[in-house]
Amino acid sequence: MSLISEGANLSKPLPGLAEPSLAGVEDYVALLKPRVMSLVVFTALVGMLVAPGHVHPVIGFTALLCIAIGAGASGALNMWYDADIDAVMTRTLRRPIPAGRVQPGEALAFGATLAAGSVLVFGVLVNWFAAALLAFTIAFYVFVYTMWLKRSTPQNIVIGGAAGAFPPMIGWAAVTGDVSLAPFLMFLIIFLWTPPHFWALSLLRSDDYARAGVPMLPVVAGHDETRKQILIYSLILLPAGLAPTLAGFAGLLYGAVALICGGAMLHLAWRVYRDRQGNAAVSAAKRLFAFSLLYVFVLFAALLADNMLARLGYGL
Amino acid sequence: MSKEPDDGIVLTEEQKRRRRARSIAIAVSLGVLVVLFYLVTLVKGPAVLNRPL
Repeated sequence: MSLISEGANLSKPLPGLAEPSLAGVEDYVALLKPRVMSLVVFTALVGMLVAPGHVHPVIGFTALLCIAIGAGASGALNMWYDADIDAVMTRTLRRPIPAGRVQPGEALAFGATLAAGSVLVFGVLVNWFAAALLAFTIAFYVFVYTMWLKRSTPQNIVIGGAAGAFPPMIGWAAVTGDVSLAPFLMFLIIFLWTPPHFWALSLLRSDDYARAGVPMLPVVAGHDETRKQILIYSLILLPAGLAPTLAGFAGLLYGAVALICGGAMLHLAWRVYRDRQGNAAVSAAKRLFAFSLLYVFVLFAALLADNMLARLGYGL
Repeated sequence: MSKEPDDGIVLTEEQKRRRRARSIAIAVSLGVLVVLFYLVTLVKGPAVLNRPL
């Protein structure tokens, strides 16, 4: 952010220092990765609403806002650290830092301020246990995933996926002040969903990842191994999706939706495994990626609907 | 020895427009934070100051 006042007669920037910023508000919004944030906010909201107990709407809104800002801060810090990678990948070339609209230092200051602010406000206004979980999630995403795993192992998104799986647990903790089996099952669903979701995308973008030197599974182990791993994770995801019903935390309505969606995901993963050549292979990976986005939204919406119906006395 | 005149940093109109937009966004964010703390204080009442460490 520029601290230069209007009409001030300052000396020219020293060599190596940035010129006055050209960043617009929309660039700072882009640093927050709003599309990723929407998934985080939705799953955290479901975690909050299905948790036993009551939270005042103002406190609930505050918790969601802090989780959203914390997720956005993680995105900004990720873009700051990965600016060199983003600059050589077609998909990320137009992001604010590689495009030159935001200076790396600006993104770092923005992300660090929001990260600290979101955790502190969460702790002061909601509860410190949930705030500690949010702080851990941000630190895990930035230090463990972004700075360490992403550039060093093809298991990057498997382990790093934990960061994206924490929001429903944080939402639950915002209401109850602790965690139990139910939020762990929600965590497990997103954790197991992440590999087939990202690997479907990386099958389509493997040239990009190879050029950037990111050791994604298709780059390191090849497309066929990636297809096999996608199938294995989708196979494990099916019973994991059913676990809330099997554990008695959700009803049959959720169970039926989880079975249908898990079956569809497995079917699409099978097609990715089977169709390995030409347009059919590209089409299969695209379909799996698109459906995987829908999968997690539908599953969590079903979990919420099932829980609300049960609270109203209409549970199955 | 003649010294080169130093005009300092002169912002372009575009830079000024974007800086103004950023300043407004910061002001709105701070305003939201103030309202949020006010509302939470109303909701929690005196309990907002009474929390175990």
